[in-house]
Amino acid sequence: MRITGAKIVVETLIEQGCETVFGFPGGQVIDLFDELYLSSDRIHHILTAHEQGAAHAADGFARATGKVGVCIATSGPGATNLVTGIATAYLDSVPVVAITGNVPCSLIGRDSFQEVDILGVTMPVTKHNFIVKDIRELADTLRSAFKIAKSGRPGPVLVDIPKDVQTAEWDFEPRPDPVRPYPLTFASENKLRRAAELINAAEKPYIYFGGGIVSGKASKELLALADKIDAPLGSSLMGLSAVPYDCPRFLGMNGKHGHYASFAALTEADLVIALGVRFSDRSAFEGDSLPKIIHIDIDNAELDKNVPADLAIEGDIKDSLYRLIPMLGEHEHPEWSARIEELRNEERRRYDLADSRRGDIAGKLAPHDIIGVVSSLASEDDIIVTDVGQHQMWTAQMYPLRKPRTFLTSGGLGTMGYGMGAAIGASAATGRRAVLFTGDGSFGMSLNELATAVSQKTPLVVVIMNNGVLGMVRQLQTRFYDKHYSATTLARQTDFVKVAEAFGAKGGRAANADELRALAEEAFAYDGTFVIDCAVDCDEAVQSPLRETD
Amino acid sequence: MEYKQYVIGVIVSNVSGVLSRVSGMFTRRGFNIDCLTVGETESAGFSRITVAFRGDNDIRDKILKQLEKLHDVKEVEVLDPNDTVIRELLLIKVHNSPATRQDIMTAVEIFRSKIVDYSPSALICELTGETSKIDAFIELMKPYGIMEMCRTGIVAIERGDNCLKTMKQL
Repeated sequence: MRITGAKIVVETLIEQGCETVFGFPGGQVIDLFDELYLSSDRIHHILTAHEQGAAHAADGFARATGKVGVCIATSGPGATNLVTGIATAYLDSVPVVAITGNVPCSLIGRDSFQEVDILGVTMPVTKHNFIVKDIRELADTLRSAFKIAKSGRPGPVLVDIPKDVQTAEWDFEPRPDPVRPYPLTFASENKLRRAAELINAAEKPYIYFGGGIVSGKASKELLALADKIDAPLGSSLMGLSAVPYDCPRFLGMNGKHGHYASFAALTEADLVIALGVRFSDRSAFEGDSLPKIIHIDIDNAELDKNVPADLAIEGDIKDSLYRLIPMLGEHEHPEWSARIEELRNEERRRYDLADSRRGDIAGKLAPHDIIGVVSSLASEDDIIVTDVGQHQMWTAQMYPLRKPRTFLTSGGLGTMGYGMGAAIGASAATGRRAVLFTGDGSFGMSLNELATAVSQKTPLVVVIMNNGVLGMVRQLQTRFYDKHYSATTLARQTDFVKVAEAFGAKGGRAANADELRALAEEAFAYDGTFVIDCAVDCDEAVQSPLRETD
Repeated sequence: MEYKQYVIGVIVSNVSGVLSRVSGMFTRRGFNIDCLTVGETESAGFSRITVAFRGDNDIRDKILKQLEKLHDVKEVEVLDPNDTVIRELLLIKVHNSPATRQDIMTAVEIFRSKIVDYSPSALICELTGETSKIDAFIELMKPYGIMEMCRTGIVAIERGDNCLKTMKQL
């Protein structure tokens, strides 16, 4: 059938299994939005308050489901507003297809109204990007975008479509199925055998895993490996939710703001088995006396990039573990296990000490109390989302996550303002409730999306850890900058309860655990968006395993 | 750490923006390019980029892996300098004067260069060869007064029947 480019876009999206898109209209995508209007019974468009929210929503959609998230924006400012969201998805390997309109081909390069070279802008933050100047290539280019986004290590792909390509007409034949990803890379048998030799010889093995376990659906294999070789597990921030928080082998998040035992065990291990993790500079994986490292990852370019491995294996993580486990003997490391237990006790001692030093502060809630109350009311299927800062690390450290894809956070890029969009996208994708932990700083960057949450009737509990400061930076200023609190004290008078109400959401304020519990019960019973403003002391600090206490 | 020069051949899809993607990868990740050339290949849909850069084994491997990740890059290979024909083209314009003309002509002959333009006040020499030969010729021309020059950067191709791509891929 011969149809317009705009209709080809919508038909191809539907063909690719896309039922929900997030976006914001504008002059150069008006044709595309016209087709979305006409096809609204087959594809649901969610209008956000800002294009950045749409990009984060597509990201949240993808992280919560593993499917490709799609966002749409117009040319120029619409497109550039997507960029932070695209970069966020890129750094955390999230499959997103971003579609932008552009000025007609004849006007490209003339600095036309709302023209920007979005291909050039997004080249460093996409897996790949396209501009479609020939309508005959439109459908296949979109298919390629989906294919690239979900193949191997996932990531965002942008497709820029000039207006005249949207209005031109060409033949379109829908394909019966969505495109399949490129074939998986399978680890070499020899390398897996060498890995098995190293693991069989290890006395103090430590498994360090990342987001690859979540996106590679390898939680079961990961736990089987740990059981077979009697090894503790530690994760990166992105690895959280891959194993239940109360799994006895799991020591929690590693890294600069990780758990003490997780960090200390890694420094004492004689073999680190790194799985689907990229040794980011936050991983605290440095020093002169590194243990032996086996590194398995789907992305060859991550091997030996940040930390040299003794054995680097490129391959799909699920398949690699599935084949590796039978090569391993059943091991028990009683001394190592006893040492791990000591480290856990030391961790408890440190945290108790920190708590006792802190004491109760009148009119303020302790972060672990906030997380404790909220998590006691949330279901294990609720999707936990964070913004970026202290609240993010507290949530990562303490929230009892149980299921993969229930923890959404901007790990690589550290995007303040990520949370609202991501929560809306995740909830739209799953129909489940989202719980956003945010700070007053981060929430200030994205609270415009309350409008979207209300219009979508998103079941969303927003928990603001409101300390009146930009806490993470302030914490650094306290320690390293002689308490020069430059630009981190928010002398704002924002009333977040009124803000919530003004947007049509509900809200309440909590200054102690009883108030919080009452509000949270109301929030979780409410079928919509509820904002809880929690008073937190400005000197609450995120504990670091690198030092005793603050 | 010992740095040496590597020459790599890269087969890429012949699509707009591909040069930006390849050169942008070097800039973005802090790798330095000594020279980069690009041109058509025997197959219409593909271009060949030759890049020379300095680094150690580790830098070389990182560059190869990052290039291989680019969607438009189809093949990357380090070319063994002992088994590769490496050439560069120089066009150099020097002052033409009765006093120096004969010396220049002699140098041109010894270097198997060619004079491709001649006017009473200037002449243009064309020279192909490996980088060291080009450098030496430029050095030799300096006393006569170089008016302007341009060099293409290197192109490189393996000796024998080794090829950078298999026919199947193209």
